[in-house]
Amino acid sequence: MKITVLSGKGGTGKTTVATNLALSLDNVQFLDSDVEEPNSYIFIEPNFEESMVVNRKVPVIDKTKCTSCRQCVDFCEYNALALLGDDVHLFSELCHSCGGCKHICPEGAITEEDRKAGEIKFDNEVKGLQFGQGELSIGEASAIPVIEALKEHIDNDKSIIMDAPPGTTCPTIEAAVDADYCILVTEPTPFGLHDLKMAVEVVRVLDKPFGVIINRSDHDSDKIIEDYAEEEGISILLKIPFSRQIAQLYSNGTPFIEAMPEWENKFKDVFSKIKKVFE
Amino acid sequence: MKKITVISGKGGTGKTTVAANLAALAGDLVLADCDVDAPNMHLLLEPEVLEKEDYQGAKLAVKDNQKCINCGLCEELCNFGAITSDFEVDEMKCEGCGLCVAKCPTDALELVLHKTGDLYHSKTEFGFMVHAKLGVGAENSGKLVSRVKDDAEEVIKKANKELLLIDGSPGIGCPVIASINGVDSTLVVTEPTKSGLADLKRVLEVVKHFNIPAMAVINKYDLNQELTIEIEEFCNQSNISVIGKIPFDKVIVDAMQQGKLVVKYDKTSKPTLALKKIWQNIQNKLKE
Amino acid sequence: MKIAVSVNNNTGLDAELDPRFGRADYFAIFETETEEVNFINNAAKNAAGGAGIQAVQTIADQGVSAAISGNMGPKAYDALKAAAIKVYVTKGGTLQEVIKAYEAGALVEVSGPTNAGHAGLR
Repeated sequence: MKITVLSGKGGTGKTTVATNLALSLDNVQFLDSDVEEPNSYIFIEPNFEESMVVNRKVPVIDKTKCTSCRQCVDFCEYNALALLGDDVHLFSELCHSCGGCKHICPEGAITEEDRKAGEIKFDNEVKGLQFGQGELSIGEASAIPVIEALKEHIDNDKSIIMDAPPGTTCPTIEAAVDADYCILVTEPTPFGLHDLKMAVEVVRVLDKPFGVIINRSDHDSDKIIEDYAEEEGISILLKIPFSRQIAQLYSNGTPFIEAMPEWENKFKDVFSKIKKVFE
Repeated sequence: MKKITVISGKGGTGKTTVAANLAALAGDLVLADCDVDAPNMHLLLEPEVLEKEDYQGAKLAVKDNQKCINCGLCEELCNFGAITSDFEVDEMKCEGCGLCVAKCPTDALELVLHKTGDLYHSKTEFGFMVHAKLGVGAENSGKLVSRVKDDAEEVIKKANKELLLIDGSPGIGCPVIASINGVDSTLVVTEPTKSGLADLKRVLEVVKHFNIPAMAVINKYDLNQELTIEIEEFCNQSNISVIGKIPFDKVIVDAMQQGKLVVKYDKTSKPTLALKKIWQNIQNKLKE
Repeated sequence: MKIAVSVNNNTGLDAELDPRFGRADYFAIFETETEEVNFINNAAKNAAGGAGIQAVQTIADQGVSAAISGNMGPKAYDALKAAAIKVYVTKGGTLQEVIKAYEAGALVEVSGPTNAGHAGLR
């Protein structure tokens, strides 16, 4: 079963939930797909044994065949190619790797070469789980190639917990699109509710079964989320209370179930609730 | 006229809360919410929308079914998997590259501008605000961010105000870069957690690359005094001034639940006093 | 020789310098020998990305040897260099004033981009 943990808003507790849930279960592969700012390693403390470069393709122009006809320049929607002086120049940060220019060139002057988009790294046995993370190279525009590469290493014999990027744009979609179930993490504030609604839109568009976990829960404040969940028929899987102890453990990079082991069973219950949805 | 962008690297450190409270202390300025993926400023400032625009942010391939002969060439060529097995365009995956359009033997495809978000010009208690919201699944290339910022810069010229305060987005990608382009300083809001420090370092790399000055604020600082000290030392070594520290205090959330800004809700609370000092320090820095 | 100046309208010599290059409203193409001025639309203004590059392509196609603007982002700068077009920046003024300053040799030729650019890093 593949579970993706997401939140419309950054900072609600996605990584907290994903890591503590993964550590409470058996036979888990944990994948951190927040490739811009991966943080789960702080809590899992892997020693990366495997590391792979993720490449994307960018065009190479063979000057001997190029006739400066500019069809590639005029074709490129991203302005990654320009005819300057007598040569076609490539601005690779703008290139979206669509592969179109090589098909457009009437002289066969365009081939492709690799450009590094990021890296994926693995530790196959740490704290009882298999851990993988993606890292986007600074300056690269698209997280998608790195997230896709990470997903290629999914081990279907395990329970997959994927920590998604925050937000609702392309990278988050890429992390959620192949999930069996999505956990939406929120906080009981107007910000939390606003961004939860955006995350709900995402999972509904992707047609995924989902449930909500309220982080920093507080009896009085929770109402703002509970009312919305009731109106929409959304199940609340768990509430993690607003607790200075939990906050301090987080700040030190300690998964809180390690200091508060009673929470292991609570996370196991969440997993059982999720499995029931498929029975 | 000065421009400051509030950024954080890590989400949830309190960027928008700090930005909105600074706006209240400044009293009369122009605001831009450049976090177009998950805009939150409007929740604190309750703007009155003056103008709304459908933002046509991307071109997508559109197929004319009458002309399509189901040859499948588009599906073969598409690098993004955006043509389904029924040879329909999957709008979520289409990146508008135009290859299928160029190669379709019957010209059944064309690139059409699509609405990808909403852009707003609004008025708040403290001045004009430009903000926007990208639709679900849209590509956050930084283009809409640039548009919000450009519009805000035009608004401030006409309104003749002294300060443009920009709420940036979390992360280190193009949207953040677009929101810090050409500003006088960035204000980085961080928190004393290992995750916060890791992300602070990454976002400061980006800021440094463009030679833009940075000031830091440590939010929830008393949550972990050791990490606060570590952050202060790191900032010191990197020549970045820590211009304030805000304590971890529920009054900030209480104020938000009431739909108020903490500097107005409780004028003597510790966070309010900390924010006032921060505002004072910003004003001093901008004069330098 | 021809020079391109980024301007905010296409009405004439009293058009103001547009401080942006890639997303300028128009380019004034000034021919130094005949003193003729032509205004062209900057199609890059609405580009999704790479506006600087598209703008350079536009003026390079006009055969200019120099470009004048208020700012120059990194991609535009690199593209202008590749096209062997000299790059100048100036604070402001009307098209007339900018041209005069250029002819008097009063403008500063820049050897690198003047600001961060709107997207991507170099």
